[in-house]
Amino acid sequence: MDVVVCVKQVPDTEQPIRVRPDGSGIEEQGLNWILNYYDEHAVEEALRVREKHGGTVTVVCVGPARATEALRTALAMGADEAVHVQDPALEGADHLAVARVLAETIRQLRCDLVLCGRLATDDNASVVGPALAEYLSLPQATAISKLDISDGVATVEREVEGGVEVLQVPLPAVFTVERTINEPRYPTLPGIMKAKRKEIRTLTLQDLGLEPGKVGAQAARVRYSRFDPPPRREAGRVVTPDSPEEGARLIAQFLQETAKVL
Amino acid sequence: MAKDVWVIADHAGGSPRRITLELLGKGRELADGRGGRLAAVALGHPLDGLPRALGEYGADMVLCVEHPHLSSYSTEAYTAVLSELVQQRAPWLVMVPSTAWGRDCAPRLAARVGAGVVTDVEALWVQDGRLWARRPMYTRKVMGTVEYVGDGPHLAVVLPKVFAPAERREGRSADVEAVAVQVPEPRARLAETRSLQRERVSLTEAEVVVSGGRGLRGPENFALLDALAAELGAAVGSSRPPVDSGWVPHDYEIGQTGKTVSPTVYIAVGISGAPQHLAGMSGSKYIVAINKDPNAPIFQVASLGVVGDLFQIVPKLTEEVRRLKAQG
Amino acid sequence: MDFALSEEHRLVQQTARDFATREILPVASQLDAEHRFPAAIVRGLAELGLMGVMVPEEYGGAGMDNVAYVLAMEEVARACASTAAIMSVNNSLVCDPILRYGTEEQKRRYLPVLASGREIGCYCLTEPQAGSDAASLQTTARLDGDGWILNGTKVFVTNAREAWVFIVYARTEPEAGPRGISAFIVERDHPGISVGKVERKMGLLASSTCEVLLQDCRVPRDNLLGARGEGFKVALSTLDGGRIGIAAQAVGIARAALEESVAYARERRQFGRPIAEFQAIQWKIADMATRIDAARLLTLRAAWLRDQGRRCTAEASMAKLFASETAMFAAHQAVQIFGGYGYIKDYPVERYFRDAKITEIYEGTSEIQRLVIARNLLA
Repeated sequence: MDVVVCVKQVPDTEQPIRVRPDGSGIEEQGLNWILNYYDEHAVEEALRVREKHGGTVTVVCVGPARATEALRTALAMGADEAVHVQDPALEGADHLAVARVLAETIRQLRCDLVLCGRLATDDNASVVGPALAEYLSLPQATAISKLDISDGVATVEREVEGGVEVLQVPLPAVFTVERTINEPRYPTLPGIMKAKRKEIRTLTLQDLGLEPGKVGAQAARVRYSRFDPPPRREAGRVVTPDSPEEGARLIAQFLQETAKVL
Repeated sequence: MAKDVWVIADHAGGSPRRITLELLGKGRELADGRGGRLAAVALGHPLDGLPRALGEYGADMVLCVEHPHLSSYSTEAYTAVLSELVQQRAPWLVMVPSTAWGRDCAPRLAARVGAGVVTDVEALWVQDGRLWARRPMYTRKVMGTVEYVGDGPHLAVVLPKVFAPAERREGRSADVEAVAVQVPEPRARLAETRSLQRERVSLTEAEVVVSGGRGLRGPENFALLDALAAELGAAVGSSRPPVDSGWVPHDYEIGQTGKTVSPTVYIAVGISGAPQHLAGMSGSKYIVAINKDPNAPIFQVASLGVVGDLFQIVPKLTEEVRRLKAQG
Repeated sequence: MDFALSEEHRLVQQTARDFATREILPVASQLDAEHRFPAAIVRGLAELGLMGVMVPEEYGGAGMDNVAYVLAMEEVARACASTAAIMSVNNSLVCDPILRYGTEEQKRRYLPVLASGREIGCYCLTEPQAGSDAASLQTTARLDGDGWILNGTKVFVTNAREAWVFIVYARTEPEAGPRGISAFIVERDHPGISVGKVERKMGLLASSTCEVLLQDCRVPRDNLLGARGEGFKVALSTLDGGRIGIAAQAVGIARAALEESVAYARERRQFGRPIAEFQAIQWKIADMATRIDAARLLTLRAAWLRDQGRRCTAEASMAKLFASETAMFAAHQAVQIFGGYGYIKDYPVERYFRDAKITEIYEGTSEIQRLVIARNLLA
C-alpha cells in the first residue's frame, strides 16, 4: 500500500498571532513554524497503514522554502520520501490551485491512498482535500476518525451531526483525517538523524507541466484582501454572590431577560 | 450577468433544518440587492413536504432532484447533481450550510465547476459590485476578509447561527421544478449511520450550550450539567481537560482541537478559559461563567460571571430554571 | 556569524517542546506535590532518544551533540525541573564519562541500557566533608585480588534510589589531593553498595537525592573508569559538560517563570486594568527576558565549543553561573508579579522558586564557578 500524505507548514497557533497594523497579513516575526497538527495525524495514520500492509509513505508539500522543515518532521516521524513543490509563481495561489498542483504531483507518484489533515490551523479552510479528490477523480471521505483497509476497500468512520457515518470506499481514494483518528508519534532523535540523510525532491511548476497563469495569483478565484483581529468581547459584569441561591437567581434572570432563551 | 442566489437545503424528515432558514434569510437579502431570484435546491429521496416548506420560508423557486442515490448524502451523487445544475443555470451565488456534508461537498463542487469557494463564512456582503465574505482564521485569532473574483458562480459555506432565520409565512409558495439529472452510482457506499444517543441536541446547532471543565473534578459530576441542559434544552460540551482525563468522549470537546460553537448562550462551568478553549466558543452571543477563581480568564469574556462553587450553584440554577419555566 | 539553529536542531527542539508540553507539563505540579519519580516520563524521554543524546547510534544513543542536548534540556526543564535533573544526570554525568573514558567493553555493557532508559545512572562525588572541595574526598578503594574494595559515604546523589549504575569517585592512592583519586563504575547489584537516607528537600521533589553507602563494596577489577589516579580529571571534564546541562536546565526554569508571568500579567486586573499595563511589571518582565536570552546564548556557546572539541571550562562555568542566577532572579520576580498567588501552591511559580535555587548550588556553587572563571583569567 503506497500512501501519499499532503502536508502544510503553519505557524503554531498556540502562540499569539498578531495582525499587522495595516491589515495586510499577520506578523511573521517570531512565529514558530510547525507541521500542521492535523497533518501530523495524517502522517501517523499513513505510517500505521504501512506497518500493517507494507508499502511506502511519501509526504508532499506545496509551499515556500521554509516548508522543507515540515517535510523533514514527517520524515523524522518515519515517512520514506518527501516531495516539495516550490515555485515563486505560487505566491497568492488559492486553495483550488494548490489542490491542482498536488494532483499533478501525486500523478507522478505510486499511490493507493491519499491522506490529508481535515484542515490547516492557519486558514482553517478544509478545501484542499475534497478539491484534490476531484482533480484526481477519486472517491473521498472527509474528517474521518477511523480507517480500516482490507481487500482494496477502506472502511472509514466520519462524525456527522448527531451520529457517525460508516462508509466503504474502494481504493485509491482521498481521505482527510480528524484529530481523533490517532495519537501521533513524536519524531525521535534517531529518527531526526535518519531524516537528515534523506533527500527531499524539489519540483517546480515547470517540472509538473503547469502554467503559472493557471495556478498562480492571476488564476485565484478568491483573494484575501484584509485581516483584522477578532472583535473584542465587551467585558460583562462579574459578581460574587452572597449565596449559591443568589448566584443561581442572577444567572436565571440573565437567561430570561437578557439572552431571552427561557 | 448572473443574479440568482441559491441555497442548498439541509433537511430531515421533509423539513428544512434551522441552518437552511438562516441561509434563506440572508439569501433573500442578497438576491433582492442583486435583483435576482432566491432558489432553494432540494436533493433527497423522498422530499415530501420540503419544497412547499422552502417556499413558505421565502424561496422564489425550488429546484428538486429526487433520486434513490440521494436518499442519504453521497459526495459523488451530490457533486454530480449540483455541478450539473450550476453549469446549466449559472447562479451568481451558491450558499451551502457548514454541516458535515456541506463541508465535504462544497470544495469538490467548486473544483468541478471552477468556482471560488470560501468556507466558515460569518458575513457576506456586496460592495463596489463585488461579493465579499468574512471568516475566522488562525483558530479565531484573526478575521479574514475575502473578495470573490469574477462574476460567479461563487460558493459560500456558511456557519450556523450567524444569520437570522427567515420567517415562515403560510400560504407563500415557490415555483417548484423537478429537475431530471443523471445521478451516477457512487463508488463510496454508506454502510451504516450510528446515532450518538447522548447528543440529543447537537453541539454546533444548539441555542444554549452548557460546558464543563477541569473544575468538575470527575466524570460523575457531568450529571449536574446534564440535568441543567435538560431543563434548558441545551447541548453539553467540555473544554479539553475532561476529554484528556477520559471523563467525557472526544466529541464533547470545544476549542482549538475540538468543535467550534456559537450558540446564543454558552454557559462555562468550572472552565478557566485558556485561549485554546476560547478559540472554540468566543463566537457565542452571550457567555455565562461559573468559576471559583475570581482571576479565571473566562471572566474577561463573560457577559455574566459568577464567582462561586459550581457544585452548589449549578443544582440551584437547574431548580430556578425549572421554576421559571413552570411560571411560563 | 550565524545565530540560526540547523534544521535538525530545530526539530529536536520542537520534539522536546511537544513532548514536554503534552506529557510533562500537565503532571509536573502533581509529581512535585506527591514527590513521585516520573518513571513513565523517563521511559518516554528514552524512547525519544533524550536519555542518551550524545551517545553514538552504535551504542544505542541518538548520536547527536551538546547543542541538541541543551535545546532539549531547556524544554524539559521548562515543564519540570525535577525531570530535567534526572535527564541531566543520566546524560552528562553517567553516559558522558563512560563514553569519554570507558573501555570498549564498558561502553557496550552500559551505554545501550542507559541510553534506552531501561536503567538510569547516578554520580557519586560529594561526601559529607567534601563538597566544593571535592579533592578532599575520603572514600577509599583498594585492590584485592581480581577486584576493588570500596568504603565510604556519598551524599546528595541525584537518581540514586532508582539507579543501576553508580559512578563513584574514591581514593586509590594514600596521598592527599586530586592525584590519588580514581573513578569506578559500580552496579546496584554489586555487594556492599546501598542507598541510605533519601533527603527531604526544598525543591526538585520528583527526583530522589540520597546518601549512598559503600561498605566493603566489591567491584570487578575492570570496573575502574579511566586510568588509575585519573579520577579527578574524569570528574572535572565530566562537570564541564554537566554544567552546560545545568545551565540549560536553569534557562528552562527561568523561561517557565517568564511565560507564566507574561500570561498572568495579561490576565490579572488591578486598578481597573491588566497589571501588564503597569511599568513596574513591564520592567520586571523586560529584565527577565533579557537575562534569559543572555543565559541561553552563553549556554549555546558553551555547548557549541564542547561540540567542536575545544576547551570550554570557563565558558561552561560562565553559562552555569549566569543561567542559575537568572533562574533564581526570574523565579523571584515571578513570585512577586503573582503577589499572594505566587506564594500558594495553586500556581506553579512557587515551585519554580524552590527548583531554581538548586541550580546555584549543585555541580559547583556560584562561588566555585566564579573561582573557575577567575582562575582562567588570572592563573
